[in-house]
Amino acid sequence: MSLEIVESCVNCWACEPLCPNKAIFEAKPHFLIDADKCTECLGDHAKPQCVEICPIEGAIVNELNEPMNPPGSLTGIPPQRWAAARREIAAR
Amino acid sequence: MDLARIGLAVPPTPERGCSAGSCGSTAGQMAGLSEEIRRKVEDHPCYSEQAHHHFARMHAAVAPACNIQCHYCNRKYDCANESRPGVVSELLTPDQAVKKTLAVAAAIPQMSVLGIAGPGDPLANPERTFATFRELAQKAPDIKLCVSTNGLALPECVEELAKHNIDHVTITINCVDPEVGAKIYPWVFWKGERVRGIEAARILIEQQQKGLEMLVARGILVKVNSVMIPGVNDEHLKEVSKVVKAKGAFLHNVMPLIAEAEHGTFYGIMGQRSPSPAELKNLQDACEGDMNMMRHCRQCRADAVGLLGEDRGAEFTLDKVEPMDLNDEFLAEAMARRKALREQIAAENEARKAKAHAPQPAVVTMHRRTTTADFHVGRPVLMAVAAKNGLVGEHFGHAREFLVYEATAAGAKLVGHRKTDLYCEGNATCGDGEDVLARTIKALAGCEVVLCSRIGYDPWRDLEAAGIRPNGEHAMEPVEDAVMAVWHEMLAAGQLNAPAEVKRVA
Repeated sequence: MSLEIVESCVNCWACEPLCPNKAIFEAKPHFLIDADKCTECLGDHAKPQCVEICPIEGAIVNELNEPMNPPGSLTGIPPQRWAAARREIAAR
Repeated sequence: MDLARIGLAVPPTPERGCSAGSCGSTAGQMAGLSEEIRRKVEDHPCYSEQAHHHFARMHAAVAPACNIQCHYCNRKYDCANESRPGVVSELLTPDQAVKKTLAVAAAIPQMSVLGIAGPGDPLANPERTFATFRELAQKAPDIKLCVSTNGLALPECVEELAKHNIDHVTITINCVDPEVGAKIYPWVFWKGERVRGIEAARILIEQQQKGLEMLVARGILVKVNSVMIPGVNDEHLKEVSKVVKAKGAFLHNVMPLIAEAEHGTFYGIMGQRSPSPAELKNLQDACEGDMNMMRHCRQCRADAVGLLGEDRGAEFTLDKVEPMDLNDEFLAEAMARRKALREQIAAENEARKAKAHAPQPAVVTMHRRTTTADFHVGRPVLMAVAAKNGLVGEHFGHAREFLVYEATAAGAKLVGHRKTDLYCEGNATCGDGEDVLARTIKALAGCEVVLCSRIGYDPWRDLEAAGIRPNGEHAMEPVEDAVMAVWHEMLAAGQLNAPAEVKRVA
């Protein structure tokens, strides 16, 4: 079992020092998790530390490719509202 | 080494950036501060109104990580056209930040302060932040170090801050009530967990207050920043001001919320409005009774460079700084130039003080003019000024910001500034199609007069239609003198007896 960082990562470094397994490393275009080292913090923490501090919804996914922080869960912005705002800005 | 291109030649004591003459009541701003605090802030542009005309600062963007989420912040955003906190173009390693700071301090001898303010929270990145401070303190010991934080990790960092000789810390405190805080902070990362809601706000507030007390106990100066969010914490900030003053913060800076949908922040998307300039000023005035208030803040980016009101960051990008050879001899020369400039500025300030204390016939004349008008004191008038180097020196259409003065019988006081290009300049990427003139007029809402060196026919007509009187008759006069001259003209014309009839600008 391991987590994965995907392209919406903004390279903010918040997760890197928290990983108990030193599985997270800087890479281009974004940080990555070494799948062989990641334990999802089992045995070290109650919750995966990278997931707990990551500010970007959808940037960390599990093995089923599901976002650990789904849309709206961190910013409080309802996804429909966000989509509507984007449409409105694009139409200007 | 190519020094010419970063502009080593600077005039002796240039006063760029903020274009105000004295930025209002400097004496007032510094009144009530101990001699020791005055000494500490006299060359810090963010802490002293007087200093911000002469001294420059830079923010080194070494701290990307954050440990909380604020509803006015979006961690994804970076736009070169944008000027607001938390935004940067280039993240730096501590080594790069030190090199950039040394390059800037060599090119701009007014450089007196290096601040670390983000783009995340400096104390959520303690290794990167303190490595930068440590190395810079060795290579340029004359540069003051300061840090701006949300306060969550502050108590555990106070020891380290004191060790690095950091004598200025800014804490952003938006509330002292967790129920208010829960509307501003969706979560904090605390002891290995994302904590949400009122509990999150409670933890943050507790840490902020504890950190404030610990810093004050160590003699470290604390400025408190607050973001004014209408309907959320606006009334509450009066209480915040009282509390932080009682705990020993020496300056309170209430800033307006910046929230636009295109920023992608919670407040921007959800339609939370920003305060009007008048609402901001009213709150600042209300807090002033309790606290030394700051009015000259420009809400700069986390990688800003230069005097307040200007950003020379583009001159010092990594590709320009990296190839520079900053050897010991070069650094020593740069430091000597800074020292000479500081001494010169100090001497000029002394001379100015001496002059201010000498009898001034002009002031007496002004008083006579005030008192002859039937002893009517005259109501306060807000005037916007397109200023340049302390003079009414800017063409209306060229002004990037207008300084707002409140004129009363007591004199002209700087109460704020209105930017005309705060977010972006209407290019395609930012999608801002609003007419520039209409936007400028909207930004000047509440002002009855706008002073400028020249103005075109169209803006003149539109300003008048909006109830703002353009005035180009005081071109190139010192700002405060011009403001007071116009106020006295209005007083003599009997326009200041009744309350202001300012037209609503939609």
